[in-house]
Amino acid sequence: MSKRLTDIICPFCGTLCDDIEIDVSDDGKQILEVYNACAIGSEKFLHVQSPDRITRPRMKQEDGSWNEITYDEAAKYTAKVLCDAKKPLMYGWSSTSCEAQSIGHMIGEQVGGVLDNTATVCHGSTLIAMQDVGIPSCTLGEVKNRADRIIFWGCNPAHAHPRHMSRYSIYSRGYFTGKGSKSRKIIVVDPRPTDSASLADEYIQVEQGRDYELLDAFRAALKGSPLPKMIAGVPSEKIYELVEILKQGRFVVIFFGMGVTHSLGKNHNIDMAIALTSDLNNYTKASIIAMRGHYNVTGSGQVLGWQFGFPFCVDLSRGFARYNPGETSSNDLLMRGEVDGCLVIGSDPGSHFPIGSVKKINAIPTVCVDPHMTPTAAISKCHVPVALVGIEVGGSCYRMDNVPIDSRKVVDPPEGMLTDAEFLDLVLKEVNKIKGDAK
Amino acid sequence: MTKININLISGRTIQQGVSMEAGKEKENYMTSCGLIELDQADIHQLGIMKNTNVRVTSKFGSVIVKAILATQGPHPGLGWIPMGPWANMLVDSNTYSTGTPTFKGTAVTVEPAENEHVLSSIDLVLKSCNDV
Repeated sequence: MSKRLTDIICPFCGTLCDDIEIDVSDDGKQILEVYNACAIGSEKFLHVQSPDRITRPRMKQEDGSWNEITYDEAAKYTAKVLCDAKKPLMYGWSSTSCEAQSIGHMIGEQVGGVLDNTATVCHGSTLIAMQDVGIPSCTLGEVKNRADRIIFWGCNPAHAHPRHMSRYSIYSRGYFTGKGSKSRKIIVVDPRPTDSASLADEYIQVEQGRDYELLDAFRAALKGSPLPKMIAGVPSEKIYELVEILKQGRFVVIFFGMGVTHSLGKNHNIDMAIALTSDLNNYTKASIIAMRGHYNVTGSGQVLGWQFGFPFCVDLSRGFARYNPGETSSNDLLMRGEVDGCLVIGSDPGSHFPIGSVKKINAIPTVCVDPHMTPTAAISKCHVPVALVGIEVGGSCYRMDNVPIDSRKVVDPPEGMLTDAEFLDLVLKEVNKIKGDAK
Repeated sequence: MTKININLISGRTIQQGVSMEAGKEKENYMTSCGLIELDQADIHQLGIMKNTNVRVTSKFGSVIVKAILATQGPHPGLGWIPMGPWANMLVDSNTYSTGTPTFKGTAVTVEPAENEHVLSSIDLVLKSCNDV
C-alpha cells in the first residue's frame, strides 16, 4: 500500500513548482514515485534514498581518508574554525531554508564573517543593476494570466527551468491567455539555437557578449531612431520587426539568465534590459524577471536584505554591514587570499567557482554542510551531511518572482541526521561559548 | 597537430542537472559534463572524429574533455562545456568589480588528445588543488 501526498514543493530551481505529487510507502518512510516534477526535480526527490548516502559528519585525515565524528564534535570544530579566522567566509545559503539562513546570519554577526550567497556567481550582477536603476517586475501568476509577448534573453528554460514554460510562460492557459501558446508570441535571444529557441516564434542569434549593443538597438528602434545595417550579428530590419511585435502586445515580459549576467558588461547588460522594459511601458505594459537558479537563492537575498540591507556579499568583519561587490564578494576575497576560514552550506563552489578560487578554499580550513558528496566536500576538512530542505524538513523559500512559499516535508531523514537549522543552532551555541569565554 | 581557437561558453543542460542531483561523484556526472559541444565545422577543422577526447586550454587553465557534436547548434566558432568543474578549469576568476567571474566568453584552444582520459569531478578538483 502507498499513500499520495499532494501540493508538494519542488526544491530544485527558482520556479518552485508547487504541484508535485508523491507516493510514499505506508509507513511514510520511503518515496515510491514522483509525479508532475521535471527530470531534475524527480531525481532530487528520489536521490534522498540512495543507499550510499553519507549519514554522519566526518573529518578528513592526513592521508585523505575520512573519520566519522558526532554532530557535536562537528559543531565544535566549525565554531573553532569560524572564531579563529580573522575574516571567515560563510558561503552558499541558496539550497536551504530562510530559517536556517537567519541562524547562520547570527553566527556571521558573532564571528565577523562575510555572508555571501550563490547569486555572487549567478544573478549578482542583476542585483547590482536593480540597485542602480530599479526594476519593473511582476509575479509569475501575472505572466501566466496576462503576458502575450515573452522574451527569453540569454536563458534556456527548456534545460535550466524545465517546467517554467508549461506552468507560466508559454503553454499555460490563464485568465486572459486562454489559448495558451496560441495567445502568445515567444522571442528567444541567444548565441546558440537552443531547445528553448526551437519553441519560439522568433529566434535571434546574437553574437556572444554583444547583448548590450543589441538591447540598446532595441531601445533605439523603439524610439524610431535609425540603426546600422547589422547590430551584434542581427539585421536592423529584424530589430524593427520585433519592436513592432512587442509594441502590439498587451503585456511584454522579459526573462533573462546567465547569458547576460556572465558575459562581459554584466550588470550594465541588465541596466540596458531594464531600461528597455521601462521604455516599453510607454507603449504597453512590460515587466522583467530574472531566471533564478537555486530554489532559495532569492530567499537568501531577501533575508540578507531584511537583516543587513544588502542582498549578497555582506561583510560583517568590521562589526557593521558593508557591501561592495568586487571587494566583499567570495571570488574576489578568495583570489586576494583575504579569507582564512570557510563554511560552505547549501551550495557547491568546488564545482561552480573558477578553479583559481577553488584552490584557495582547499588551502584554508573549510567545513562543508551538504547532504551529498561533492567536489566541495572533497576539498573540505570537515563534511557535515544534513537533511534535505523541501524533502526531509519543511522551511520557507522564495520563488524567482520574490513570492515566498513554504516547502513541505515528505519523508523522515535517516535516523539521527540533523537539519541545516539544527546543526547551525549547535554551531551558534559553541560560538557563543567561545566568544563568552573571550569576554 | 591541428589546433583551433574558439570562444567558450558554459551553462546548464538537463543532463547536467539530472546527473548533478544523482551524485556529483558518479560517472554519469562526468559523462554529462566532462565534454565540449563543438559545431560540425569546428570538428571538421580540428580533423577529429566526434566523441574524441580533446585538450581545451585557456589563459587560466587546461582540461581534457570529450568533443561531441553540438546538440543545440549550429554555432561555428563557439564551444560549449556544461557548467561544472570541467568548464571551471578554464574560467577567468576576474569579476571586474561585480563579484561574478567571467564564465562566458573565454578564448580557448582545442587540440586532439585521444590518449588522455577525462577525470571524474572529484579527481579533477583534487588533482588541480594538489598541483598548486
